[in-house]
Amino acid sequence: MSIETKRPDLVRHAKEIMEIASNAGLDFFETRFEMVDFDTMQQIAAYGGFPQRYPYWRFGMEYEKLRKQHVYGLGKIYELVINNDPCYAYLVADNCLTDQKLVMAHVYAHCDFFKHNFWFSKTNRKMMDEMANHATRIRKHIDRHGHDVVESFIDVCVTLDNLIDPHSPFMRRETSPPGSQVAREAADRLAKNDTPGFQAKPYMESWINPPAMKRKQREDAAKERLESRGRLPEQPLRDVLGFLLENAPLEDWESDVLAIIREEAYYFAPQGQTKIMNEGWATFWHSRLMTTKILRDEDLITYADHHSGTVAMSPGRLNPYKVGVELFRDIEERWNKGRFGKEYDECTSMSEMRKWNKDAGLGREKIFEVRSIHNDITFIDEFLTPEFVDRFKMYHYRFDPATRRMVVVNRDFKKIKEQLLFMLTNHMQPYIYVVDGNYANRGELYLAHKHTGVDLDIKYAVETLKNVQRVWRRPAHLQAIINEEMVLFSFDGEQSQQQKVHEDLPQPAHSM
Amino acid sequence: MALKIEKDHQRFRQIVKGKIRKDLRKFLTRGELLGREGERTISIPVRGIELPHFRYGDNNDAGVGIGEGESGDPVDGQEGEMGPGGTQEGQHILEVEVSLNELADILGDELKLPRIQPKGKHAITSEKDKYSGIRSTGPDSLRHFKRTFRAALKRQIMAGLYDPDFPIVVPIKRDQRYRSWKTVKKPQSNAVIIYMMDVSGSMGDEQKELVRLEAFWIDAWLRRNYEGIESRYIVHDVRAGEVDRQTFFRIREDGGTKISSAFHLCKQVIETNYDPNEWNIYIFHFSDGDNSSESDSRECCRLVREVLLPKSNMFGYCQVASAYGSGNFINVIHEHLDKEDGVITSRVNTKDDIYDSLKTFFGAGK
Repeated sequence: MSIETKRPDLVRHAKEIMEIASNAGLDFFETRFEMVDFDTMQQIAAYGGFPQRYPYWRFGMEYEKLRKQHVYGLGKIYELVINNDPCYAYLVADNCLTDQKLVMAHVYAHCDFFKHNFWFSKTNRKMMDEMANHATRIRKHIDRHGHDVVESFIDVCVTLDNLIDPHSPFMRRETSPPGSQVAREAADRLAKNDTPGFQAKPYMESWINPPAMKRKQREDAAKERLESRGRLPEQPLRDVLGFLLENAPLEDWESDVLAIIREEAYYFAPQGQTKIMNEGWATFWHSRLMTTKILRDEDLITYADHHSGTVAMSPGRLNPYKVGVELFRDIEERWNKGRFGKEYDECTSMSEMRKWNKDAGLGREKIFEVRSIHNDITFIDEFLTPEFVDRFKMYHYRFDPATRRMVVVNRDFKKIKEQLLFMLTNHMQPYIYVVDGNYANRGELYLAHKHTGVDLDIKYAVETLKNVQRVWRRPAHLQAIINEEMVLFSFDGEQSQQQKVHEDLPQPAHSM
Repeated sequence: MALKIEKDHQRFRQIVKGKIRKDLRKFLTRGELLGREGERTISIPVRGIELPHFRYGDNNDAGVGIGEGESGDPVDGQEGEMGPGGTQEGQHILEVEVSLNELADILGDELKLPRIQPKGKHAITSEKDKYSGIRSTGPDSLRHFKRTFRAALKRQIMAGLYDPDFPIVVPIKRDQRYRSWKTVKKPQSNAVIIYMMDVSGSMGDEQKELVRLEAFWIDAWLRRNYEGIESRYIVHDVRAGEVDRQTFFRIREDGGTKISSAFHLCKQVIETNYDPNEWNIYIFHFSDGDNSSESDSRECCRLVREVLLPKSNMFGYCQVASAYGSGNFINVIHEHLDKEDGVITSRVNTKDDIYDSLKTFFGAGK
């Protein structure tokens, strides 16, 4: 229920905080606050922030987990906000006023981030409606094809939902649209079996584009065409789900289910890519706005208590709120004091660096710029400094087989940054590519794992591959490096198999 | 307001139950389940409910933390736990709380146990009136005002007699609505389980563990079928005595075995407390089958046939394997009581036999 009907007193606060946030430079979609009780909040959280999702047991499982967490006092959901236009945010009815104000300030910053961060620019801003549509569509399929059939297909699709390419929404297609000038010329040349060659006056033609060379070019091009004719996909493809959607022999309702899962995966992807930044940004602004503008005397203790709860660090776990907010503060300070650029980088005196202050005053401008163009990886890569690592006592830890515990390895900046970046790369998900959709000319699917230092989990890989096969219908293969050896996992619908990759095996269309 | 997610939640519970059923044989043999017994629920670790994904394996256990600590210091709170990747097997086991009744249902479904038909005319003991409906006739004291006026309003609107500016609603006789009730019969059959166990020297810890597990599941299933069930516990070596539940599973005696002593005590317990016309009586005897003498075994059989069996729904004898003793008692029972309907025997040599043993005991639905 909206706060207008339920808590008119909060409307006043919301309006006040909105004005304060706007004056601070935040720019957001219209934000609507809804007032819900705990149970509803848990439902919404289990639904990934939405009031409605398609019927599926995993949401029920999430719900049970959250409820249990709450019963045991292990966790409490303060705030939920959806990337949508208008933005919807939820307030828990029995939170105290201070909490509500804190959450509101936090939410406005999130909304600003959603609206302006580049990685969110391609997300569907009417996702609230879209999710409801998805629910309706899946219900329709259930009505027509039976609950169990649809559910087990969703099970299959969900296991593959990390096989997307978060960058693909930003790619522009290289091929020109049919009917354009360029496309027509290319088609012409193809018809005449001609190659472009260099620009030349007619009387120079035979010198600049000698016939022998043209012939060779023609032959090469023909050969290439011939080779790539059978190639599917044309290049290794990370959007496995998209590939399956286009090429797997799915029934209409199955494609629709797969399309829904894929669309939702793409919608949620930027939130995974910008967790540290997004939470950092929201925390930065709630603390700035609360402490300078919003707090009343009576709020102070509660605010301090709850704010420190959000940014608390437990050993061995990196709190994205904490890291994010501190990095933003650090950036603001550095750009305010002019601690950047060639001169600062080349300064060798520690004491001078510590005192460095050019009164550049560029801090605010810089943080707004950062929130627009970066994601977590580039954010850490660009702004994590040795001084920062030192100041926050960051360390790198590793599992020690001898004691069977995690132990501190060291505080080496390079190593810490490397580890952080690795953890953020592809959101800790392995890179899986489709490299051949017609493997060995038998219509089999060939996937490949791009090894980035860590092996795949074999047990999970074998199970997941079965689901790939279930969608593809023909046998499916996965090539991966396990213990420094190239292994090919296969599933033909009945039997799982794994073997070392050797020369006698047919090559896939692309090598990885 | 019912939450939309209730349906998903229910489906999840259903799937969990399916998993439990599939692994029931395993759960039946697991002692640790008993330790997890709560008031009326039991928390069960359910494996394999997580859907697989392509994900990184185990050589990935490193991370970044913030705080104090020298090189080599353990990262606190991280005992055996992995970094943010969450790569440890243990994190993927979900613990689900299941009520004992649900568990018994699963057991019943899986073992295809028929519901027990309570005997005796006292099977139904209580009747209760429940006001759950509405009807158009009844005494004035039960008139439902809101419904009456709603019906009147509806009628007036339909008839075009309702004027929103002058909202007067006058019920006529046809509009009157009254609360109505249904008589709910609450099945309340009384049942008692009498457990008897041989605690002579030959019954070791291993044997007792088997008894404990078997007794747990017998308990769970009977409790599902009866409300208000009582349990009595009798232990014996050469003499028998009644003990409480804790003692029953812990006590250890030495010395010989005289099974009839327990049967005599059992008879006494039944005769003083439980009128067979009102109670459904279940008698279970656990032993390693070693008795002091043939004549005592025969005396036991006589007692069962003439006294215990007529009074009870069932006499179950469960023989656990033991390194000592002849294990002959079961044969004696077969020999003498083969024709008796209510006598059911089973052998439990290992934990794996519990599954079949339960099936034998309750397959007849008594």
